Amino acid sequence: MTDRRSDLFPILGVAVLALGVVGVARLMTPGPRHPADSAPGRTAKRLQFGGYQVTGRTVTIDAPRDRIHAMWRDPRQLALFMQDLVAIEGTPDRPIWVIDGGHGPFRIETRLVEDRASESLAWRSVEGADFQVEAKIRLRDAPAGRGTEVEAHVAYVPPYGLLGHWAAKLRGIDPKTRGRQELKRLKMLLETGEIATASNQRNT
Amino acid sequence: MRALTWHGKHDVRMDTVPDPQIVNPRDAIIEVTSTAICGSDLHLYDAVIPGLQGGDILGHEFMGRVVETGPKSTLKKGQRVVVPFTISCGSCFFCKATLFSACDNANPVETQEASELLYGHAVGGLFGYSHMTGGYPGGQAEYVRVPYSDVGPIVVPDGVPDEDVLFLSDILPTGWMAAENCDILPGDSVAVWGCGPVGLFAVQSALLMGAGRVIAIDHHPNRLALARGLGADVIDYTQTHVLEALMEMTGGMGPDAVIDAVGMESHGMAPDNLLDTAKQKVGIGADRAHALRMALMAVRKGGRVSIPGVYGGMADKFPLGALMEKGLQVRSGQTHVQRYGSRLLDMIMEGKIDTTFLISHRLSLEEAPRGYRNFADNQNEWTKVVLTP
Ligand SMILES: [Zn+2]
Ligand SMILES: [Zn+2]
Repeated sequence: MTDRRSDLFPILGVAVLALGVVGVARLMTPGPRHPADSAPGRTAKRLQFGGYQVTGRTVTIDAPRDRIHAMWRDPRQLALFMQDLVAIEGTPDRPIWVIDGGHGPFRIETRLVEDRASESLAWRSVEGADFQVEAKIRLRDAPAGRGTEVEAHVAYVPPYGLLGHWAAKLRGIDPKTRGRQELKRLKMLLETGEIATASNQRNT
Repeated sequence: MRALTWHGKHDVRMDTVPDPQIVNPRDAIIEVTSTAICGSDLHLYDAVIPGLQGGDILGHEFMGRVVETGPKSTLKKGQRVVVPFTISCGSCFFCKATLFSACDNANPVETQEASELLYGHAVGGLFGYSHMTGGYPGGQAEYVRVPYSDVGPIVVPDGVPDEDVLFLSDILPTGWMAAENCDILPGDSVAVWGCGPVGLFAVQSALLMGAGRVIAIDHHPNRLALARGLGADVIDYTQTHVLEALMEMTGGMGPDAVIDAVGMESHGMAPDNLLDTAKQKVGIGADRAHALRMALMAVRKGGRVSIPGVYGGMADKFPLGALMEKGLQVRSGQTHVQRYGSRLLDMIMEGKIDTTFLISHRLSLEEAPRGYRNFADNQNEWTKVVLTP
């Protein structure tokens, strides 16, 4: 695995996530001084950060970090747990994600901007892409031998602004809902070897 | 195949539906030989549990013969198995802690959203129940797809009648866990609200665990007689002031532990219950929690409260003050069936537990709609219905 630290934090989204938005915001606003909040920035009550919507989720998966890292680097494995992923084109360093958007597929051309073995991965949409997004996976050991805490951050500019954001949320296709479901499918796959379904027919 | 399907409040029918197939590697297909109607099926029948869809196959108490296995199933064709109503992966944090009904992986991700919103966390998967718990097709059918068949099903020796072991699927371990949640010490007094199947098995279990006295509370004469037959003292709440009687029967202390085996559709004419009933009828997700309120009032200071009865939403006028000021401990949950299977099977084989006393009616699967109607309308005589395809 390559170490791509030089590409780290190219945009506000990731920098803010790393520092903790709440802390930053509070340092900049006058008024009674609050101690820095330990919560991740994406749990802040504000809705947007410099035009970016910030969301994410942590799921504990009972599997070693390197195994989870490998799942994210393997397009065939990704297709198993990212249900909306139609295909991955391009190269491993510049993957183009073809996503089923509900009204036909859309393409997001990205660069792999971070890849640290057993620790983290991040992709960022290239300049001029239709959809501005940065996604980061962080892996750390869970306490008490519970496996790995897998944290996914997504910072993106919602198409059609906030209205588009809420419309997508209502249809359950916003990045938050999708991201949460993808992490849970990955968990099922690694912990049980299969993805749960209530269907009792193979072709539905 | 033929299956009992839900179409709305008080509307269940026998339908012909496609046979189930092996979908995932750990699946098995079971040909059902016996299945039962459960008290919690009545919550579905009465449409007070949200998240059912027209055409859903009901039933979560079933057993049968293995007819097909996926490549990762450990079952063998021809084996007889009882299937736990809780679907559990066996390998997540919760399953490893034997909290099988809290399994993180059995409820498909799409159906985890509702309970994550309603309860703060996604609940596990159950057969033949709400889509909040996965919407898995149930066991009141000729065949069932059983996921994680290497973890759940309890293999039963040939020669043991179905009726002796069928209730390992739910109500027997549910009654057992209800009593276990009371942390019974020798000589303890335990009061049980509700002499339905779970309440009766809780009575039997509490006595086996060393309770000095078990007091069962109901209003159906036949169900009270069954409780008395197991060795319980009984109170008919239509004849007696329950709280006063429990105090007098326990030397003025109150029972050491109480069990609410009634759940969200409690009967009775108490004012709080009438209000709850009205709210449930207009469909705002309120639970009728009269039995639970009584139990919290009755239990002694520092006592234990066990809630096997099913609740789905909110209750108000909950005696939170009694809970805190008396220093009560509350334990609840869907049953961790897989935790108890082999131990309870042994106790049945040794003759320590009888399960067949409960069965009042035996019908064919085709007669299931009649079984539902009577079980709902005549709870005094219809204590348990077993269906055979
Ligand atoms: Zn049941
Ligand atoms: Zn599990």
